Amino acid sequence: MNEIAFLGALEIGLVYGLVALGVFLSFRVLNFPDLTVDGSFPLGAAVTAALIVAGADPYLATGVAMLAGAAAGMVTAFLNLRFKILHLLASILTMIALYSINLRIMGRPNLALITEPTVLTPFEGLGLPGFYLKPLFALVVLLVAGGLLARFLASDYGLGLRATGANARMARAQGVATGRSTYFGMALSNAMVALGGALFAQMNGFADITMGTGTIVVGLAAVIVGEVVLRSRLIVIAVVACVLGSVLYRIAIALALNADALGLQSSDLNLVTAILVAVALILPGARNPIKALFAKAGAR
Amino acid sequence: MIRVEDLEVTFSPGTAMETRALQGIALDIAAGEFVTVIGSNGAGKSTLLNCLTGDVAPSRGRILIDDSEVTRWPAERRSGLAARVFQDPMAGTCEGLTIEENLALAASRGARRGFGLALGEARRAEFRDKIARLGLGLEDRLGDLMGLLSGGQRQAVSLIMATLRPTKILLLDEHTAALDPRMQDFVLKLTRDLVEAERLTTLMVTHSMRQALAFGSRTVMLHEGRVVFDVKGPERLQLDVPDLMALFTKVRGEELDSDKLLLD
Repeated sequence: MNEIAFLGALEIGLVYGLVALGVFLSFRVLNFPDLTVDGSFPLGAAVTAALIVAGADPYLATGVAMLAGAAAGMVTAFLNLRFKILHLLASILTMIALYSINLRIMGRPNLALITEPTVLTPFEGLGLPGFYLKPLFALVVLLVAGGLLARFLASDYGLGLRATGANARMARAQGVATGRSTYFGMALSNAMVALGGALFAQMNGFADITMGTGTIVVGLAAVIVGEVVLRSRLIVIAVVACVLGSVLYRIAIALALNADALGLQSSDLNLVTAILVAVALILPGARNPIKALFAKAGAR
Repeated sequence: MIRVEDLEVTFSPGTAMETRALQGIALDIAAGEFVTVIGSNGAGKSTLLNCLTGDVAPSRGRILIDDSEVTRWPAERRSGLAARVFQDPMAGTCEGLTIEENLALAASRGARRGFGLALGEARRAEFRDKIARLGLGLEDRLGDLMGLLSGGQRQAVSLIMATLRPTKILLLDEHTAALDPRMQDFVLKLTRDLVEAERLTTLMVTHSMRQALAFGSRTVMLHEGRVVFDVKGPERLQLDVPDLMALFTKVRGEELDSDKLLLD
C-alpha cells in the first residue's frame, strides 16, 4: 500500500469515525439498535449537496444536514416510543422512507460537487495537497465531535442518557425522563452520522443515492474493532476506541483489497465487511456487547 | 404525607388473564410514620408500592403525596418526592456504570439535569464521605463498576442513593429478601439509622412477620388487594409473631402449614 492509498484509507476511516460515534451512541449507550443510519448518512450528503449546488454556504449546508439527520433520528424514536414499534423495525421504516426523501432532495440519483465550493475551500490556499488536507480536516472535525460527545456523556444529562440505556426503570426512579433522553440521544446519533455523510460528499465530490448501503455494518465494525483494541469503563476511552476502531478497520480493509495474493476488488468491500462483522459476532468468547444485544433480541 | 383513596389496579382487564391486584385500598400515612406492609404472594404489596412510585397506573382511585395529587404523574416526576429501593439488587443500580456514576445519578434526583460535569471534586468528596459511613471499605472503590459488588453491597449503596438528596418518602420493596442473613441484618440496621436520621416517612414491604413487627411504627396487612389489618401504637407493641400468624390464618380462612418464609 503506498502513501496515497494509506492517506485515502485514513480519510475514509476518519469520516466514518463520525458514523462509529453515532452507532456507539445508539447501540451501546442507548441500547437502541438503530438502522436509521443507512438513511441518515446519504441524507446528510443529499442535503449538503443540494444546498451547495443551490448556492448555499458549505458550512451552513453542513449544519442543515446535521439538523436533517437529527430529525430522522427523532422520527425513529417517535415510532418506537409513541407507537411501541420494535426499535429495529421502526428504524428500518425510517431508513426506507429516507431513500425516497433523499431522491426528492437531490432531484436525481447523483449530484456532483466537484466544481462547487466545500467546507475545505477556505483551507485550500494553505498549500497543502488534498490528500493531506482531507484527512487532517476530518481528524479535526472528529476530534471536536468526539470530544464534545465524551464531555456530554460525562455530564448529568449524559449520565441520565447512559442510565436510560443501561437500566431504564432505575433511571426513571432516579428522575431521568427516559423518553426525552431517548429522543435526544437518537437525534444526536443521527446528526453525527449525517455530518459524516455531509463530509463524505464534500471530500469525494458527489452525493449518491446508494452511498448509504451498509453504513450500519461499517459503523458496527468500527465499534467492535474499537472495543477489541481498547476496552475501558471510562467513557472517554470508549469514545476514543470508536474512532480508533473506524480507522483501523479501514486500514485493514485497504490492506486486504491491496493484497494481490487475495485477488480482491474494491467492489468486494461490502462482502469483506459483512464477513468481518459476522466473524466478530461468531468468535467464541468474543467479548463484544453488540453480540449480546443481538443474542438478547433474538431470544425475546 | 401519603394518602391513597379507593385504589384499584386490574391487570389485563377483560381477558382470561384478568387479575384484580388492588381492589379498593385506602391508606392514610402521616409524616414520619414507618409502615411495614405484609401479606402473602399476590396480596398486592408490590403493586401498591409500584402505584406509589408511578410504575403502575391505577385503574381507579387517587394518590396524594404531600397534598399534591400525583395519580397521573410519571415515575420520573415523582422521584423528587419519593425515593425507592428495589427488591432485586440488580434493578436499583446500573451495573455498567461505576459506583460514583450511580451515586451521581441519584445526586441529581429531583433537580434539573444540565450539561455540567456529573462528577466534580465536591461531589466525589461527598460520596466518599457518605459511602465511608457504611464501613464496607467501598469508599476507595468509587471508580469500580457497580456490577463488581455483591448483592448486599449494592443494596447498601442503593439505600445511600435513595437518601443522598432530601426526600420525603422512602419506599422499600422487600429490599433485603435477596440477601444472606448477615447482610440482611446489616441493611436493615442501615435502613433504620437512615430513616431515623432523615425522619423519613417510610413504607417497607416485607415477607417476614418478625421484620414487620420489629421495625417501624405501624403494620398493615394486605390480602387479595385489600387492607385486612392495620395496627399501630400500644396495640402493636403487644403483638408477637404467633399473634400475627393467627390473624393471618384467620384472614386467609385456612390453616397455614409450614410457611417458613413468613416466620423468619
